[in-house]
Amino acid sequence: MAIVKTERHEDLPPPVSQTGVIGWMRENLFSSPLNALLTVVSLYVIWWAVSGIVSYAFINANFVGETREDCTGTGACWVFIKARFGQIMYGFYPVEERWRVDVGYVLAAIGLFFVLSDVVKDKKWSAIYMFVFVPVACYFLFYGGSFGLEVVETSQWGGLFLTLVLASVSIFVSLPLGIVLALGRRSSMPIVRMLCVGFIEFVRGVPLITVLFMASVMLPLFLPEGVNFDKLIRALVGMSLFSAAYMAEVVRGGLQAIPKGQMEAAKSLGLGYWQAMGLIILPQALKISIPSIVNTFIGLFKDTTLVLIIGLLDLLSIVKAGTTDKEWVGMATEGYVFVAAVFWVFCFGMSRYSIWLENKLHTGHKR
Amino acid sequence: MSEAAMTQSDIDVAIQLIGMHKWYGEFHVLKDINLTVERGEKIVVCGPSGSGKSTMIRCINRLEEHQQGQIIVDGIELTNDVKKIDEIRREVGMVFQHFNLFPHLTVLENCTLAPIWVRKTPKAEAEEIAMKFLERVKIPEQALKYPGQLSGGQQQRVAIARSLCMNPRIMLFDEPTSALDPEMISEVLDTMISLAEEGMTMICVTHEMGFAKTVADRVIFMDEGEIIEQAPPTEFFENPQSERTQLFLSQILHNG
Repeated sequence: MAIVKTERHEDLPPPVSQTGVIGWMRENLFSSPLNALLTVVSLYVIWWAVSGIVSYAFINANFVGETREDCTGTGACWVFIKARFGQIMYGFYPVEERWRVDVGYVLAAIGLFFVLSDVVKDKKWSAIYMFVFVPVACYFLFYGGSFGLEVVETSQWGGLFLTLVLASVSIFVSLPLGIVLALGRRSSMPIVRMLCVGFIEFVRGVPLITVLFMASVMLPLFLPEGVNFDKLIRALVGMSLFSAAYMAEVVRGGLQAIPKGQMEAAKSLGLGYWQAMGLIILPQALKISIPSIVNTFIGLFKDTTLVLIIGLLDLLSIVKAGTTDKEWVGMATEGYVFVAAVFWVFCFGMSRYSIWLENKLHTGHKR
Repeated sequence: MSEAAMTQSDIDVAIQLIGMHKWYGEFHVLKDINLTVERGEKIVVCGPSGSGKSTMIRCINRLEEHQQGQIIVDGIELTNDVKKIDEIRREVGMVFQHFNLFPHLTVLENCTLAPIWVRKTPKAEAEEIAMKFLERVKIPEQALKYPGQLSGGQQQRVAIARSLCMNPRIMLFDEPTSALDPEMISEVLDTMISLAEEGMTMICVTHEMGFAKTVADRVIFMDEGEIIEQAPPTEFFENPQSERTQLFLSQILHNG
């Protein structure tokens, strides 16, 4: 006998135990005796760690004072950071000129806001401002020498300021350079391909420290007498080239994930190679590479600390130098904790931004 | 042969393949292909998989390179000259088996991209044209969605509209319904039929024999890189000459 259903079953709400706080806890925290045990143990570990950190960094810490003698608590002594705060932020940049760095920060922050957020839809002017105006303005502000600004030699730059200069220049240079290298590596022109493969494989095969060391110590030996580049520029070139090689491989991974049909469709519509790349392939390839690109940026940001080897005083080295001051014996923990916290804030920011961007660019099956 | 090419590349000849050969490495995929397509003619190409039918039509807009013989499209001979390749690609639209829509762009942007960047059409005008063609394929209401939000049949119709926005004189279809769920095939075929009725020059690689019977002026059967048989559809289906054609037809018509 045939069975025919004529009425439509109505949609019912899910059972109560499946939803709400209790449903969630039952599902995720206490779904079995073992899971319940793990939940309790984890909660204890979290409490133990957090309470330790809070009592070290806040409850038992010293915030007030001027000298080593004010470090009386059992916890951290932030007086050390406070006393050296100017140096940690700006290195040996002359105190009366530090406003120039701050102005640069503000200009860059405005640009970043407009480029990274989606307040303005048409990004053309934001991009011109951020990638043309800000770098030029920052050069004149930071280095000086014109518009009545005093020259501040790069040897006086230091601290977080130097770290940010190193990181942002190498990030802005390495991404486009990495894209070009990745395209070159996939090029059908044998010489271009060989050059790109050679560069990428060579640079990826050596540690950054040796690149920096070579740039700073060996390069001058090859240059003719009298020709000399600034030490900071040599470090910037070294870091940018180094991270470009990594970026190239990240972008290449993204390019390979784009189906061949995309290029064929673009070609069949009459788009040329660069149009197809710029409008069709790269936007998709870069989008899927966002997590890896940001991963590389984060790695690069932390690798800036290696400029210590060639005597540049970035955030880490200047704090480290501070801890060897005999006035402030035993402040290494505070110093490193502070440096770690600063790096964490920046890296976490980048990480969150990448997640936000991924969601924003998601055009898949979202309804 | 060049003399023949000169006289035949008249206005009423859309595509001409003369003694074309293609190899993939050592493998000889296309063997001595000779085919003349008149303007307004509808041609259906069929044959077993691996017979070179897709490769043949992909040679026509240079997605694949041929190694011997001549391909003349709209009076322009395909050579390594990039300018000529681009010129031909602007005149020849192509619809793919897997749609190949651009997933990061909306339906409307998919349709306006090439007119804006290749034909330098102003954006507003390009959008107007795009909407006209989206209406023709009966999905104007999806214009602001992304391809990932559409069904297969809708995506393929967008792909057809996207090609039409470039105002091509010739359309190539590479198995346009093979990746579709059965209930969506007819909506795509209907679009193709209406296009054919308007006099578009079309070459379709397809296994839709019903479509071939209604629309085609000529059916071409390919096997192992060769054109085995070509005939008007009635003759082709009722009285196939070659043994291989008979075998192929008996196989697909049993399943269809």
